[in-house]
Amino acid sequence: MIYAAIVLLPLLGALIAGLFGRLLGPRPSELITTSLLVVAAVLSWIVFVRVGFDGETARVPLFRWITSGELDTAWALRIDTLTAVMLVVVTTVSALVHLYSIGYMHEDDSRPRFFAYLSLFTFAMLALVTSDNLLQMFFGWEGVGLASYLLIGFWYKKPEANAAAIKAFVVNRVGDFGFSLGIFGLFAMTNSINLDAVFAAAPSLVGKSMSFLGYEVDVLTLLALLLFMGAMGKSAQFLLHTWLPDAMEGPTPVSALIHAATMVTAGVFMVARLSPIFELAPTALEVVVLIGTITAFFAATVGLVQNDIKRVIAYSTCSQLGYMFVACGVGAYSAGIFHLFTHAFFKALLFLGAGSVIHGMHHEQDMRRMGGLAKKLPITWIMMLIGTLALTGVGIPHVGGFAGFHSKDAIIEAAYAGHTPGNFAFWVLVIAAFMTSFYSWRLIFLTFHGETRADHHTYDHAHESPWVMLIPLFVLATGAVFAGIAFHHYFIGEGYSEFWKAALFEAPGKDIRHHMHEVPGWVPLAPTVAMLTGLALAVVYYILAPWLPAATASAFRPVYLFLLNKWYFDELYNLIFVRPAFAIGRLLWKGVDGAVIDGTIDGTAKSVLWGTGRIIKLQTGYVYHYAFAMLIGVAAILTYFILAGGGGAQ
Amino acid sequence: MNIAGAPILSIVTFLPLAGALFVALLSREAVQNIRYATLWTTLITFAISLLIWVNFDPTTPGFQFVEERAWLGPIKYKMGVDGISMLFVILTTFLMPLCILASWESVEDRVKEYMIAFLVLEALMIGVFCALDLVLFYLFFEGGLIPMFLIIGIWGGARRVYASFKFFLYTFLGSVLMLLAMMAMYWQAGTTDITVLLQTKFPENMQLWLWLAFFASFAVKMPMWPVHTWLPDAHVEAPTAGSVILAGVLLKMGGYGFLRFSLPMFPDASATLAPLVFALSVVAIVATSLIALVQEDIKKLIAYSSVAHMGFVTMGIFTFSQQGIDGAIFQMLSHGLIASALFLCVGVVYDRLHTREIKAYGGIVERMPIYAVIFLIFTMGNVGLPGTSGFVGEFLTLLSAFKVNTYVAFFATTGVILSAAYALYLYRRVIFGPLEKPSLKALADVSPRELAILTPLVVLSILLGFYPAPILDVTAVSVKALVTSIESANQAAALAR
Repeated sequence: MIYAAIVLLPLLGALIAGLFGRLLGPRPSELITTSLLVVAAVLSWIVFVRVGFDGETARVPLFRWITSGELDTAWALRIDTLTAVMLVVVTTVSALVHLYSIGYMHEDDSRPRFFAYLSLFTFAMLALVTSDNLLQMFFGWEGVGLASYLLIGFWYKKPEANAAAIKAFVVNRVGDFGFSLGIFGLFAMTNSINLDAVFAAAPSLVGKSMSFLGYEVDVLTLLALLLFMGAMGKSAQFLLHTWLPDAMEGPTPVSALIHAATMVTAGVFMVARLSPIFELAPTALEVVVLIGTITAFFAATVGLVQNDIKRVIAYSTCSQLGYMFVACGVGAYSAGIFHLFTHAFFKALLFLGAGSVIHGMHHEQDMRRMGGLAKKLPITWIMMLIGTLALTGVGIPHVGGFAGFHSKDAIIEAAYAGHTPGNFAFWVLVIAAFMTSFYSWRLIFLTFHGETRADHHTYDHAHESPWVMLIPLFVLATGAVFAGIAFHHYFIGEGYSEFWKAALFEAPGKDIRHHMHEVPGWVPLAPTVAMLTGLALAVVYYILAPWLPAATASAFRPVYLFLLNKWYFDELYNLIFVRPAFAIGRLLWKGVDGAVIDGTIDGTAKSVLWGTGRIIKLQTGYVYHYAFAMLIGVAAILTYFILAGGGGAQ
Repeated sequence: MNIAGAPILSIVTFLPLAGALFVALLSREAVQNIRYATLWTTLITFAISLLIWVNFDPTTPGFQFVEERAWLGPIKYKMGVDGISMLFVILTTFLMPLCILASWESVEDRVKEYMIAFLVLEALMIGVFCALDLVLFYLFFEGGLIPMFLIIGIWGGARRVYASFKFFLYTFLGSVLMLLAMMAMYWQAGTTDITVLLQTKFPENMQLWLWLAFFASFAVKMPMWPVHTWLPDAHVEAPTAGSVILAGVLLKMGGYGFLRFSLPMFPDASATLAPLVFALSVVAIVATSLIALVQEDIKKLIAYSSVAHMGFVTMGIFTFSQQGIDGAIFQMLSHGLIASALFLCVGVVYDRLHTREIKAYGGIVERMPIYAVIFLIFTMGNVGLPGTSGFVGEFLTLLSAFKVNTYVAFFATTGVILSAAYALYLYRRVIFGPLEKPSLKALADVSPRELAILTPLVVLSILLGFYPAPILDVTAVSVKALVTSIESANQAAALAR
C-alpha cells in the first residue's frame, strides 16, 4: 500500500491540478500538489529506513499490461535498496522544488499547469525507479521525457524554449531508439523482459553471439551497449548531451528537479539496475567508462567559459553524470549511486540558489551583469557557497567533509582501482575535478563578489528571496553538508552488504571495492589537490587579477571560441542530421512521390482518358461516371459466378 | 444480454442501410431531422454492435455468430466474425456517430445525400469485416469505395475531382487484379466460402500469383509505399468526417485482407514474399516520416504519418508471430482512434479558419487551451508514447521484427525518432509560439459538441495504453491459430522440397 501510495500520490496531484486547476485557482492547486508530494516524501523515507536498514524488499504486482504470446508484462513495483534510494531522492527533491516554486512562480498566471506538470513528472520518475520490467522502465523513461518536454517549453511564447523542448525530446528519442532495440534484443534472446527472468537468463548468454545488421556480435555486449545508448540520451552523455544545456530555457525549479537531481540520473540508475547484465559484458563496461570519462572532461571544459549562470551548472551536471558512469563502468555501482544521491542535494541546491539569484535580479541570468550580490542576497550566497563546497568536494582526507568529498573521491579512487589503460579514467577525472573547482568558484566570484556589473536599477532592486524559497535551500544545504558523512558507511563502506543486499550485482572475482581501499596513499589526496588548485586559480583570475580572464581568452582565442561554442556540436549536428533530414524529406516528397510516382499515375490517367484535354475538363458530374463504372464491375463478377454456376473443379 | 440465435451481424450490417432508407424518405429541407435520424441510427448500431463484443467468446479461434443462407447459385450469404475481425466492426460502429457529429455544422450542402452516403458506407464497411464469402466480401469491399468516392468528390475541397479520380484509379487497378484472383480461386476450389477456402491448400505456384493479385489491392488500401500517393490528396480534399473514415476504417481493410486472405490462404507465398513486404514497410516508415517533416498542410502531414504507421502494421503481420500480428491489429485499432482524432482536431480549427496551412496558425494555445491539451494527447499517441494506445502496437510489431530480421527492426525503429520530430514540430508551429496573427485573436475554444466528439477518443487512447488487455485478449486465440497454421504450412512446404 505504502509503495503504491508513494507512486500514485503525485499522479493524483497532477490530475487534480491539471483537470481542475482552473476551477480551483492557483493557490489550492499549489497546496494540494505540494502537500501530496510532502506526504510521498515522508513515506519514502519510511520505506528507505525499512528497506535499507530493516532488510525489507517487496514486489507489488498491480495489474496486467501488455501480454502477447510469451511476452507477459505487468504494472508492478519492485522495492529494494536501489529503488528506496531513488525514491527518497526523487520525492524529497520534488517536494522541495514544489515548495520553492510557490515562491518562484508566483507571478506566473498558469501555475496550476506548472504544478500539474511537476507532479506528473514525479509520477513518471517514480514509475521508472520502481519498475519490475523493462517495459515499465521505458514507460517512466518516456514519461519523464514528456514532462521534461512540457516543462522546458513551459513558456511557450519563447521560440527558444519551444526549440529546446523539441530538441530535448528528439535527442532523447535517439537514445530511446537504442534502448528499445536493447529491449527487443533481450526479448529475442530470453523471451522475457521482466527483470528477474532476464537476470536469471543473462549468465547463460555469456560468450554467445548473434547476428546484428550482418555482423556476428557478442550478445551481451550488444544488448548492454544498446541499452546504454538510452542511458546516454537521458543522462546527457557525450554525443547525446546537446539537449541538456538548451533545456535551461525552462523555469529554474525545473532545472533543479529534472535536469540536475532526478531525470538525468535515470541513465545511471538504469545501468545500476541492470548491473546483472552489464557486469557480464566487460566490453560494454569499457565503453561506459570511456563515455563517462569523455563527458566528465568535455562538459567541464565547456563549463569553464559559459556566462549564463544556469548553463554553468548544467554543464557541471553533465560532467558529474560522467563521473557516475565511470563508477558504474568500473563496477563500483554503489559509488555511482552514492554520488547520484549526494549530487541530488548539492546540485539541486545550486540550481535553486541560482534561481534565487535570478528571481532576486528580475530574470537576469548573465553573470557578466552580476557581481557583488553577496551583500544583497546574503542567505542565497551562503547556500550557494555550501553547494559549491559540496560539489567541489571540500574535506580533509581520511577525516571527512562535504557530501561531494565522500562520493566524488570514492569515484576517483574507483577509477584508479579500475585499472583503465594508462589509468586515463583516473587522470582525466582528477583534471575534471580541477576544472570543476575552477568553474564553480568562478561562478561564485562572478555572481557574489567584487564590484557589481549590474545596472543601478537592477542592483538596487535586487532582493533576497522569500522564506518559501529559502527553506528548501536550507533542507538541501543540510543534505549537501551531511549526506556524505552520514551515509558513507552504508553506501560504500563497511555496511555495504547489509545495506544493498541483492540490489546491485558485482561479477564474482572483480572485487572493485576491495581494490578501492588498496590504492596508493597519494591517490585519495589527488582530487583534494586538484580541488585546491582550481580554487586558487579561480581566486587569482576573479579576485586578485580580474583582467586575466579577458587576457587569457584573447591569447587563446581559438580555444576560447571552441569552448564557448560547446565544441560546435550543435552546428555539426545541424549540418549532418537536421538539414539533410529536411532536404531528403523534400526530395522524397517532390521528387519521388511527386515526379516519379504521381507522374506515372497521371500519365496512366491521361492515356486512360485518351488525351490530356479531358482531365482538365473533368467536372463533378464525372464522379458519378466512375461510381457507375465500379458498379458495372461488381455486376460483372456477380454475373460470372452465377453463370459459372458451380462449374468449379470439384 | 443473450443474443443466441439472432442474426446479430446482419442486423448490425443492415441497420445503417435501413437508416439510409428512412433518411431518403425525409424531406430535403428537414435538415435537422435528417441529422438526428442519422445520428440515432449510428448510435443504435453502435449499441447493438457492443452486444457482439459482450457475447464474443475469446477462448475459441473459430468464427462466431455465423449466419449462412443460400443466395445466388454457388454464392452463399455467409457472415461471421473471429478475434481478428470482430474489433474492426466495433471500431467502425464507434467512429460513425463521431463522424456524424463532426459533420453537424460543417456540412450544409446536400445534407441528405451526405448522410445517406455515410450510412451506406457504414453498412458496407461493417459487411467487409463480417463477410465469410468471397463474393460477398468483394461486394462490400469494392462497394464501400463508391460512397467514399462520392464523399470526396462532392463534399470535398478545391481539388476534389483530381483527388477522387486518383483514388479511383489506384483502387480500381488493385481491385481488377483481386477480382481475377478470386475467380481463379473459385475455379480451383469450387467454392467461394471463406471458411472452406481457409482449409484449402493452393498449389505453391498458384499461391504466388494469387498472393500478388490480392497484394495489389491490399497494398493500395493500406496504403503501402509506393502506392500511397492517393492518400495525402484524398485526405486533404475529403471533408473531416471523410478523412476520419478513410484513416479510421478504410485503411484497415488492407491489413485485414492480409490477415484474412494472404496469410492463411497463401502461407507459402507469404513466406516467400515477406522480404518484399518488409522492405516496403521499412521504406514506408522512414521515407514517409521524412516527407511528413516537410509538409506545409496539416492534413497532409497527418496523412503521411498514417502511411508510416501502416508500415508498422504490414511489418508486424509478416513476422508471422503472435506479437507481430497482435501488435499489427492493435496498431490498426489504435491508429483508428488516434489518426481519426487528429483529423477531427484539424477539423476543429479548419471549421474556424478554413485553412489547413500550418503557417496560418501559431500560438493558439492562448485562445484554445483545452484544444491544446487534447491535441497534445493525440500527438503523443501518434508519437507512440508509452501510456497511449499508440505505443502498444508499435512496440509489439518492432519487438517481433527484431526476432525475424535485425535490419528491419533497426530501420523501422528509427521511425520513433522521426515521428517525434515531425509531430512535435507540427504541434509547436500550430499550438505554441506567440499569438500574432489577427485572424487567430478571436478563436473560441472547443465547443461542447466538439468536446463530446473528442473526449471518448481521449479516454480510449489513454485507457488502452495502460490496459490493452480488452483488445489483446480478444485477438490472442485467433491470432495464435493463424500463426500455428502458417507455421505448419511452411513446415510442410519445407519438407516437401
